[in-house]
Amino acid sequence: MKTAARTTGRAAERRWTAEMEDLSLHILDVVENATAAGATLIEIRIHEDSRKDRMVITIKDNGQGMDGEMVTKVKDPFCTTRTTRRVGMGIPLLEQSAREAGGSIEITSEPNVGTEVVASFCASHIDRKPLGDIAATMVALILGNPDVDFIYQRSIDGVTTDLDTREIKEQLDGVSITAPPVLNLIQDLLSATPEGEDLNGSDQTASS
Amino acid sequence: MAKLRIEDLKRIKEGVKGTVNLREGNFRVKITVHMGTCGIAAGARPVMSTLLKEIESRHVTDVILTSSGCAGLCSHEPMLTIEVQGQAPIKYIRLDPEKTSKIFEEHVMQGNPVAEYALSLGSETTH
Repeated sequence: MKTAARTTGRAAERRWTAEMEDLSLHILDVVENATAAGATLIEIRIHEDSRKDRMVITIKDNGQGMDGEMVTKVKDPFCTTRTTRRVGMGIPLLEQSAREAGGSIEITSEPNVGTEVVASFCASHIDRKPLGDIAATMVALILGNPDVDFIYQRSIDGVTTDLDTREIKEQLDGVSITAPPVLNLIQDLLSATPEGEDLNGSDQTASS
Repeated sequence: MAKLRIEDLKRIKEGVKGTVNLREGNFRVKITVHMGTCGIAAGARPVMSTLLKEIESRHVTDVILTSSGCAGLCSHEPMLTIEVQGQAPIKYIRLDPEKTSKIFEEHVMQGNPVAEYALSLGSETTH
């Protein structure tokens, strides 16, 4: 089982550490924030550039957005208000992961327009978490939010994998995007890296 | 550039067309995986993947799978809630793929809630 929650001893006595083990879990978390903010279209872009040794993850939504004061607050886990349901541990954890890998996060937001979260990493940094099972993340997002549209792009040195659920829904012509054969197809497409080589273990095959 | 092939989608559309659209309320069981920050960090995604595989491999057509946010019981994550039509919802706690498969087999397929993984069953007794 691939999970960041490490357990010690018997199940009843286990201790938890709240840590996202890979970047695809951070993406799942931040995008769930966006859906909670009422977004109907969410763009997820993962760009790797080996020449610049950078990895940049951009998550942009058209949800309710935040004012300037809230944007500064979401980075502080101890200064959150629960009135918006937009904030919590998710952003501070992502920022921690970025900082540990020579990177940072930037949040820009406008009320009633949307929010953009950009996390950048030093790609070769020894503490840069692996991307992990991004296919499982996208399938979980589509399954849990069938009415939200997702634009996904992963590029490694300019070679890209693209997905746009609006195009898929148009082709499916009324058949649900959550139908297992459709999700399988999406899983297969995204499990392969843009070079075509499968580097991402699935949740089922990863060691515990 | 890698993209989904339109002919694959057309093939799937023909294969799935005519089956019941579960999203319109026509389902027997609804399974909700709690996908807040706490749930995701604790392993909610493998639970979701396991449920999808169970639904697919058993060709189940009357079960709907969805996600929700934090339920306020973060130390019990990963959690899922099973709602069988006409019955009280049951929350399962501290899950992993193995426990999830057992719950799917016994509760979703056979109708018997798995007491050992449930947060609670029924209301408190007075004796």
